[in-house]
Amino acid sequence: MSRIIRQRAIVEDDWTLAPDGAAHTGAAGRLIVPLARWRAERAALETASAVGVLLPNTEDVEAVYPEIAERPLIALQFPAFADGRALTQAILLRNRLGFAGELRALGDVVRDLVFWLGRCGFDAIAPRGDQDLQACLQALDEIRTAYQPAADGHAPAWVRRRSCSANTRPAVGA
Amino acid sequence: MYRYDPIDRELLAERTEQFRDQTQRFLAGELTEEDFRQLRLRNGLYQQRHAPMLRISVPYGLLESAQLRRMAQVVRRYDRGYGHFTTRQNIQLNWPQLHEVPELLARLAEVQLHSIQACGNDTRNITCDYLAGVAEDEQVDPRPYCELLRQFVALHPEFYWLPRKFKFGFTGAAADRAATRTNDAAVHVLRRGGAIGYRFFVGGGLGRLPMLGQEMNPFVPESDLLTYATAILRTFNRFGRRDNIHKARIKIVLREWGIERFRAAIEQEYAKIGASAEGEQLRLLPQDIERMRGHFAAPPYRPSGEAAADLPAQAARNVRFAAWLKRNVRAHKMPGYRVVFVSLKAPGQAPGDCTAEQFETLAELSDAYSFGELRSTYDQNLVLADVAERDLHELWGKLDAAGLATPNIGLTTDIVACPGLDFCGLANAGTIGVTHDIYRRFDSLEAQYEIGPLRITMSGCMNGCGHHSVGHIGILGVDKHGEEWYQVTLGGSAGHDAAIGERVGRALARDEIADGVERLIRAYLELRCDEDETFIECYRRIGLAPFKARLYETEEDSEAAAA
Repeated sequence: MSRIIRQRAIVEDDWTLAPDGAAHTGAAGRLIVPLARWRAERAALETASAVGVLLPNTEDVEAVYPEIAERPLIALQFPAFADGRALTQAILLRNRLGFAGELRALGDVVRDLVFWLGRCGFDAIAPRGDQDLQACLQALDEIRTAYQPAADGHAPAWVRRRSCSANTRPAVGA
Repeated sequence: MYRYDPIDRELLAERTEQFRDQTQRFLAGELTEEDFRQLRLRNGLYQQRHAPMLRISVPYGLLESAQLRRMAQVVRRYDRGYGHFTTRQNIQLNWPQLHEVPELLARLAEVQLHSIQACGNDTRNITCDYLAGVAEDEQVDPRPYCELLRQFVALHPEFYWLPRKFKFGFTGAAADRAATRTNDAAVHVLRRGGAIGYRFFVGGGLGRLPMLGQEMNPFVPESDLLTYATAILRTFNRFGRRDNIHKARIKIVLREWGIERFRAAIEQEYAKIGASAEGEQLRLLPQDIERMRGHFAAPPYRPSGEAAADLPAQAARNVRFAAWLKRNVRAHKMPGYRVVFVSLKAPGQAPGDCTAEQFETLAELSDAYSFGELRSTYDQNLVLADVAERDLHELWGKLDAAGLATPNIGLTTDIVACPGLDFCGLANAGTIGVTHDIYRRFDSLEAQYEIGPLRITMSGCMNGCGHHSVGHIGILGVDKHGEEWYQVTLGGSAGHDAAIGERVGRALARDEIADGVERLIRAYLELRCDEDETFIECYRRIGLAPFKARLYETEEDSEAAAA
């Protein structure tokens, strides 16, 4: 079982990525399945186990959301760490659609992407195999000040200035 | 001038440390070249021919004397004693050492200068009318809105890893002095009735497929600057192409979708944000804008009686001062005040270069004569925006002594050019040598004054940093079998009458290009209907053909035609 970052801690990952065609286990299994598989096998999967859904970063999250709103986990993909499409998906899931389950980043996830993931509302991060998890965890707090709102609860700078107080933001987020 | 508060200072300090750590990890071998590339670009560092190039953002082209003094120190300590002003009003250093860059950035941060998002696929430095706040034709001073947007896009987590770079350009005036529609998004701040709002254009860009931005919304309310910007950037982040770097700018989405679908997508996202909690957060209140406007309040101008001078009398006594007054000094909205252009186009100078000594001189002169501020222009010159008429003669003497008073603003030798093959790792051909060749042919002021307003622009490659597509005469350096060749475009304009130039035909060799430009200018002088018709007006009246005939009219061509 590999380790990931969840809720600002390093934990054993209790989910299994089950790509199209792979067998799924029994009731104890917690599976992350691609959207296509979720659509094809929804009835069987729903009864068999806890199921999260993996979305391609080209998916329109608003259109697909009614199908996945009840899932406990949504995983988003970073084919390359500089491909930021999943950041917009995350913001929309958290801020517009109100998704409150686990939002997980998968793929080419490196330490230097972690800070941005945290701000966009990811609370679970599965870094690339060669990454130092402890360093990734610390990277969540690389920059504690923010000008703009995102999905981590920070008031924008212009709102903070309305009360003329310019304190740095508290460390919250993933 | 915007003054940092604790939020700004803290954020920049944290950012500086973040990049110091990244650089140290790269130098220690813990980060691959490719992974580090994405990080260094977002901190202004390109890998160039000789050394990294560091681009320093000059937000909306506004500098103050403390920053100029610091620039002088920095270029002496970390570079070779000079910096280079770019067409995006930024400053570039050509010779820093990578291991010293974090320290260099820390020294810049002490005076509110930074390289955040100066390069890379992110929102770049915002450009702006260099006469903001002082122009007679201005409806609304755009600088407070520039700073509000600068902060909003700085380290924006959703838009930090875009498909490609994204540039904003602002103006609040009738004349466009910031080439705004060559930006991915142009924001024209204006008044309608009693209300302030923004006319947004989207989809402009130079480079491989030069396009001018198309109108998206004629009047976005003042409160919705950040909301509309979010709608544009989100649409770009979602739909911008990532399969081909040459097709990744937002202008390609516009071209592939067509204006109706593209506008509908942005407007729909704008409406969705506006109707949500996100929109509540992004909506600016009058007090937010008022607070920001306070940073750009007019300086304490002297009454016009104290500031004014008998300039015609002074000019009559000194022909060189008279030339400078005519060419490098413009009207100011305040009686008794003038706008002074500082030419960075002296003979033998690479366009836009500025030495450490000149940075220091400019710091002193801005303190003494222009309330401590200086602006950079997209023509690679500088502006002292608030000079009392009574100080003009004295200021001229000091600028002249520093090589900063060449009276050629807007004329033939005021050539815009990127650094080209001499420095840039992307360039296909040299630019600086060609600019010098052209310069020498029109060095005499009489010749330039006869020619009148003319904008020659030159880029060393397709990326178009020298804005060749929007020059009256544009020159693009290309590589043909290892040799430097030059393509000419005509009829471009970056002003309120913005237009993309037409490519004339085959490229000219290095030893032909200056002759070719000279023939074009001679053709204009012969073909114009009178002395008041400018080059661009003449071109628009008679079209490409007569100029094309003259450009290729060489001995060799005549022989070929006869054969």
